[in-house]
Amino acid sequence: MNSTPRSTSPVSPQPWQRPNSVGLVEPHDFRFAEPPDQMVLESGRTLGPVDLRYETYGELNAARDNAVLVFHATSGSHHAAGYHTPGDRRPGWWDAMIGPGKAFDTNRYHVVCSNFIGGCHGSTGPASVDPATGKPYGVHFPVITIGDMVTAQRELVRHLGLDKIYCVAGGSMGGMQALEWTVRFPEMVQSAIILASTATISAQGIAFHAIGRNAITTDPGWHEGNYYGRDHPRRGLATARMVGHLTYLSDESLGQRFGRKLQERDRFEYDFSHEFEVESYLDYKGRQFAEQFDANSYLYITKAMDYYDLNGRSGGLAAAFGPSHAKFLLASFTSDWLYPSRQSKAIVSALMQAGNDVSYVEIDSPHGHDSFLIETERQTRVISSFLASVRQRRQ
Amino acid sequence: MSADQSSHQQQSSHQQQSSRPHIDYDEIVKLVPPGSSVLDLGCGDGELLHRLIAAKQVRGRGVDIEESMIIESISRGISVFQGDLDEGLRDYATGSYEYVILNQTLQATHRPLLVLEEMLRVGKHAIVSFPNFGYFRVRLQFLLSGRMPVTRDLPYMWYNTPNIHLCTRKDFIDYCTDKGVTILNEIAISKRGTISPLFANWRATEMLFVLSGSRARNQAPYTL
Repeated sequence: MNSTPRSTSPVSPQPWQRPNSVGLVEPHDFRFAEPPDQMVLESGRTLGPVDLRYETYGELNAARDNAVLVFHATSGSHHAAGYHTPGDRRPGWWDAMIGPGKAFDTNRYHVVCSNFIGGCHGSTGPASVDPATGKPYGVHFPVITIGDMVTAQRELVRHLGLDKIYCVAGGSMGGMQALEWTVRFPEMVQSAIILASTATISAQGIAFHAIGRNAITTDPGWHEGNYYGRDHPRRGLATARMVGHLTYLSDESLGQRFGRKLQERDRFEYDFSHEFEVESYLDYKGRQFAEQFDANSYLYITKAMDYYDLNGRSGGLAAAFGPSHAKFLLASFTSDWLYPSRQSKAIVSALMQAGNDVSYVEIDSPHGHDSFLIETERQTRVISSFLASVRQRRQ
Repeated sequence: MSADQSSHQQQSSHQQQSSRPHIDYDEIVKLVPPGSSVLDLGCGDGELLHRLIAAKQVRGRGVDIEESMIIESISRGISVFQGDLDEGLRDYATGSYEYVILNQTLQATHRPLLVLEEMLRVGKHAIVSFPNFGYFRVRLQFLLSGRMPVTRDLPYMWYNTPNIHLCTRKDFIDYCTDKGVTILNEIAISKRGTISPLFANWRATEMLFVLSGSRARNQAPYTL
């Protein structure tokens, strides 16, 4: 007997159920450098044990040669794509670029996004407990470099059993890590995508970091970095973030978004409340960040960037790329005044001198340094084709 | 339109003319030996390099000024660099390519002599093509109408043309003679295909030259 199929009311799929989402994901942890085999840092100091938190998306193929390492910037985390729970409102920070059919196509590539040491998203950093004292490291955490971050990630890659890396990719500070990978492990890296990044941070970049660090260390709540277990230097961290966030935007994008608009009023109050919308926006961004970030990590991460200078290595930039056979893609953005196009062009120039295959595009965008997180469509075209061309080259 | 915009427009000239059959592409593909290293200046959407790679297995890369053209080229799997030819080829080592190609772009550069010198420095050979302003229809139009010529190869009005440094076949040969640039090959092109060099300055709509400049190659990179 036939029963009429009961019509199920169409339920629109949740974001994590969409076919181009990597869906629900979970972070993993990897521990290494257990004492007495601590990791030796560039400064000469040692660190151990070291935890790295990471996520992976897409399957590793049988030949184990389709791994793409994606690196996050200052405020990102290992959570680059997908959702942790069905109720999550926001996906990972680069979800627009990582997933089935997206720029980093998880049907093809095994994408790995690892934290870096020094941060506050589950990997070892200043908020971690120092095994020597049983208390959080605070400012006793050793100062780390981009090179140290990459050396730690190399241990993770070893743990994952990857000998060849199909591509290393990142924007901003993520781009620095990707660059460092090509220089430190040239035999492993087949290609690199460097977005809105630089081989050496400028005086202006250091200056903005200095303002941020100053805001934190002059906050009475900082307590010489020893604030764990009590209130943290919220105000200082928020101010640091306000400055940092501003450097990621542009005159044009701020003008378009806020102009001189006032907040919930139409005339001046002649006081020091947050009258202008742009003030209120920056204040909100600062406060929001201060609730989820560790102030000491901010000090360590900005310092690591300040030390970054591939140009300054012996022989200069072209010599640094000498051992690399990787194919490169660089993109910069017209309105990015923090890491302006000339810094990407300097990398391109050095790569050409070194004989590397390199493509470079300057994407016209009003969104400043943050463009690499926003300009999805053009980056997707360029990145997916570039990754495909690496495949052809290999065949 | 600013000079800047017009320069942008024409340094990607391949794309705009892509609806036409590319006799010049065919000839260039014939000229380049298999496996050569090729640098295509003003590479547009990468069509010529794509054909050179497919037919001659060249190791090729392109330069163009326009973002959309760069994205097109990368989409074809071609390595390209977004840059301005009028700034020279500072990042390219002397003699680093066997062929440097400048197809239908010379007339749109602000500094054609710099571009040519740089091509001859970076390339062992240079391939240059340009619309021939000596073509009889161009001459007749100017003579009879008293207005700036508008033809299939020069489709712009005086106010919007990106072609700011037009020359004839004879002008170009004079330049080569003056500068000691060796003309290795010369191909005259008309609407239907290549034609004999006889009265080419009258009959050719487009000229294509293969050059070498041993003198220029020994020079240091052009500094601005």
